[in-house]
Amino acid sequence: MAEEIDIDRVAQLARIALTPEEKQKFSRQLGDVLHHIHQLEQVDVSGIEPMSHAQPLANVWQEDVARAGLPVAEVLRNAPAHRSNMISVPKIID
Amino acid sequence: MSTAAPPVPPSAQAASSAPLHYQTIGELGARLACGELSAVELTRAVIERTRAVEPQVRAFNSRDEEDALAQAARSDARRAAGQVLGPLDGIPIGLKDVIAVRDQPLTASSRMLANFVSPYDATVAERLKNAGAVLWGRLNLDEFAMGSSTENSATQTTHNPWDLTRVPGGSSGGSAAAVAAGEAIAALGSDTGGSIRQPAALCGVVGLKPSYGLVSRYGLIAFASSLDQIGPFTRSVEDAALLLQAIAGHDERDSTSFKTAIPDYRAALFGAGETLGQRSPASSGGAANAALAPAGALCAGRRLGVPKEYFGEGIDPEVAAAVEAAIAFYREQGCEIVEVSLPHTRYCLDVYYVLATAEASSNLARYDGIRYGHRAQGARDIIDLYFKSRAEGFGEEVKRRIILGTYVLSSGYYDAYYLRAQKVRRLVTQDFLKAYEQVDALITPTVPAPAFEIGAKADPLALYLCDIYTIGANLAGLPAISLPCGFTSSGLPIGLQLIGQAFAEADLLKIAHAYESAHDWCRRRPAL
Repeated sequence: MAEEIDIDRVAQLARIALTPEEKQKFSRQLGDVLHHIHQLEQVDVSGIEPMSHAQPLANVWQEDVARAGLPVAEVLRNAPAHRSNMISVPKIID
Repeated sequence: MSTAAPPVPPSAQAASSAPLHYQTIGELGARLACGELSAVELTRAVIERTRAVEPQVRAFNSRDEEDALAQAARSDARRAAGQVLGPLDGIPIGLKDVIAVRDQPLTASSRMLANFVSPYDATVAERLKNAGAVLWGRLNLDEFAMGSSTENSATQTTHNPWDLTRVPGGSSGGSAAAVAAGEAIAALGSDTGGSIRQPAALCGVVGLKPSYGLVSRYGLIAFASSLDQIGPFTRSVEDAALLLQAIAGHDERDSTSFKTAIPDYRAALFGAGETLGQRSPASSGGAANAALAPAGALCAGRRLGVPKEYFGEGIDPEVAAAVEAAIAFYREQGCEIVEVSLPHTRYCLDVYYVLATAEASSNLARYDGIRYGHRAQGARDIIDLYFKSRAEGFGEEVKRRIILGTYVLSSGYYDAYYLRAQKVRRLVTQDFLKAYEQVDALITPTVPAPAFEIGAKADPLALYLCDIYTIGANLAGLPAISLPCGFTSSGLPIGLQLIGQAFAEADLLKIAHAYESAHDWCRRRPAL
């Protein structure tokens, strides 16, 4: 059976404004995909450790040495809006 | 550090009557080395070819002819001064438009990054520059590498050079099409669930996804960080070895980059042994004395596994026949062919679409309209700015995957989907490790069917099924290569996939090269 996803809640979490058409379409399509994904429930995973990476990785440490970062002008080159060497955003505090 | 380009064995020089834009790195390297050809001439030839066929193929998001010619001129100057940087010096190589090249556009084929210019080089771009390559163009893809056809690109759909009504595959479809059409001598792409191998198969070129951790991801736009790898598209296995040599190796800027010795991949092809050792200019001459061995001598005694789950229903009969013929070839060459089972194969697609979308939903959270990328106009407040910028900047498939990834990570569903998928991922990986107790590598089709018509697959789930044979190698972090193994009766390329053991790229390339050196599929060119 196709799973009903609460598309409004998920879109809220994902911070994407969806149109009513997108909500309807995605709900249906993702219901189908989730239906397919449900076959994972058939697998016996008892005692199996979750795997987050293909290679055995441990914490990687680097010497705490200051290095040059990107110059301010380089960073601001891609900023949608900036002034006085700062990225400007809509008002956050009233 | 300078060194002469290694001599090219006779095999690679044999067919150099092809136009310049269709020659291999091996062939062109020999011509550049003897002074018969300059890097500027070669780059001009590639630019001319691109101008001629690009209106039909549409592989490039952007290209900078002036910059490419300037790089080529610097290559010629180095050569004149006796300071050649290696076999890639002066070779025009295209990059998928998710790999940062300083001062060039970087769009991920998304409206979100339509005006973005890279402030720095990806590690692979830096390494190609250090190897003297001419970085040429920004190649099209499915937006943020999410797709299997380039139809999800916000820029354009790339057309398959073998049949312009069909897709080139994806997500690295621009890279595959450019190499197939002679618009670049080689290219780099990225592979998260098959995005190098699937388009390579559909466009009749060689595509290699290295082991997870072999090639640095620094400067690659992230899709699913535990799966993404950068790798080469080339016209021969030898060229794949040359390109891999330039980009492989540890990088402290990618914390998932693996510390492992890098062998001389090209020397390994010609039977010179898998000499382990750190990359050094001296080692690149390792093939100098390697006589060209017959194919059989290169792979006799190898054990190749045929996973029965990869030959089930849904496979195109012509694809199955071509792959069966390749298996028969290896058997004739003295390889032992062993049927193996990867019992969790049927769950790979589900594991992938949970993990890849979960990771993508997290990775793509950075596109919020604040520091870079598209910013919506007229937002009420900053939260509204996030919602609108993301709604306007992302295309449909990207939104769909972010929504799915957000859902499987959300409170109440995390254990049922994400955690369970991570556990099944381990079972998938254990299947491969168990198979490798019996065999050296696995042999499978790359894709169940040849290239489909543009617009033919409107249902996301149908499109996801294109990746069914390629996803396993990503989940398990294994190297895998697709190479041409035939054509359908209607002239569409068919790809053979070989999956190797982790960090055994030299071995994998050698097995692939044994097949390639006895077949001419790689020498065929589309009638474009």
